[in-house]
Amino acid sequence: MNYLSDSLLAAVVLIFSFNREVQLAVWTSLYTATVAIIVAAVFGVPVGLWLGLKRFRGRRLLITLLNTLMAMPTVVIGLVLFGLFSRQGPLGEFGLLFTPIAMIAGQTVLAIPIVANYVLACVNGADQRVIDTARTLGATQFQASIQLIKEIRFGVMAALIAGFGRVIGEVGVAMMLGGNIRGSTRTMTTAIALETSKGEFVFGLSLGIVLLCVALIVNLFLNMLQQR
Amino acid sequence: MLRLFSILLAVVFMCGLFSPVVAAERLRLATTTSTEASGLLAELLPPFEQANDCKVDVIAVGTGKALKLGESGDVDVVLVHARSLEDQFMAHGYGSDRRDVMYNDFVLLGPPHDPAEALGTNDLVEVMSKIANSKVSFISRGDESGTHVRELQLWQAAGLVPQGSWYLEAGRGMGEVIIMANERQGYTLSDRGTYLAFKDKVDLKMVFAGDQRLFNPYGVIMVNPARHPHVKQDLARKFLDFLTSEEGQGLINGFQMAGEQLFYTQ
Repeated sequence: MNYLSDSLLAAVVLIFSFNREVQLAVWTSLYTATVAIIVAAVFGVPVGLWLGLKRFRGRRLLITLLNTLMAMPTVVIGLVLFGLFSRQGPLGEFGLLFTPIAMIAGQTVLAIPIVANYVLACVNGADQRVIDTARTLGATQFQASIQLIKEIRFGVMAALIAGFGRVIGEVGVAMMLGGNIRGSTRTMTTAIALETSKGEFVFGLSLGIVLLCVALIVNLFLNMLQQR
Repeated sequence: MLRLFSILLAVVFMCGLFSPVVAAERLRLATTTSTEASGLLAELLPPFEQANDCKVDVIAVGTGKALKLGESGDVDVVLVHARSLEDQFMAHGYGSDRRDVMYNDFVLLGPPHDPAEALGTNDLVEVMSKIANSKVSFISRGDESGTHVRELQLWQAAGLVPQGSWYLEAGRGMGEVIIMANERQGYTLSDRGTYLAFKDKVDLKMVFAGDQRLFNPYGVIMVNPARHPHVKQDLARKFLDFLTSEEGQGLINGFQMAGEQLFYTQ
């Protein structure tokens, strides 16, 4: 019991001491996850819409594949992109390995299936007459899709929140592609992993509590946006 | 309003994204968990960074992986401790310059009641056999780290092939393995530095130390620029010079944890 209460206390101290290292880790976590989720939305939302609206051969197979991708371990994503970004790999000349950009790329790959799946589920659940109505009113397919997105905007928001949660809480991709470099690619989760490996369990757990607080603030903020 | 806000947010994030790139020159160092977790690098790097207006990015992994990163050119320098692997690395031409930096030693740790009766034995080979025969858990790093490589050499020296339910290959870092050994009340091999860092957190005892086969030298290697032209060779050479300079060696000798010196220079 001591262990948990100590951690809680240490978390409170951490938050209010404005420790520079912790701030940097929070900031790295936040901006990589945010950029990743924005990029994932750019790819994932259209994929979800497309799979939800179009009927074609192999669609069910594609949906099954997409569902399977959600089960992809983060370490595997890390491994695949590691091979791509390493100096030996096809993108090696850009020297992206162990930079925030590599982390963002990995987190984006992680988030796309989640976003696409959520959007797909929304489209399936939505009243698809919106599309037909818009079309009969002279809208192009693109304009009609925009209309549908407006209709299911809460669902899309939920998709982004789910993706964000997955990305900011994962450790495999950040560790493999970022390298846990102090002041550069150290995120909240890799910092927790590091503290755990040093046996600083209380400090690690208190970082976990800080991470949850940050996630709470982000969700409160998004919730506020939804209310408007 | 929402759009304006998101654009603003995007701009702020982009600034955060690219600001580290335009900052000072960066040197990539792959090293073992022992140098990072002990706090030595936190002591050693800032003077070098200041003097050369650069930043050293530390990627702390096991020796095996650190050398792999050097081999593929993903880092500029490696600081590791497994002489046999280092020599192979140099022989294959992956490194262009290797220097001795410092040393400490490995120690055998075990539970306080010492069920294998390792304590008081003067011979390393005998200790290893006692542990193997007692069938008390032995936690191996199992990750091709410098410590793991040395542990395998020790079993070999004792003419033993460690296998069976008592021999647990953890595949984790030194700290985690010490914690595991503590929880399972088993034996393990650790570098002295990590053991000292964990001394107050576990009740494992040092059961054997001081054999020359437990000598643990660290070497720094510059990744061969002939193989990987992007390697920052000037900065890398300065780093090697710094570690072996009077200033660098002084910092290493002066580094203490819990009142004990962790690393020694020649």
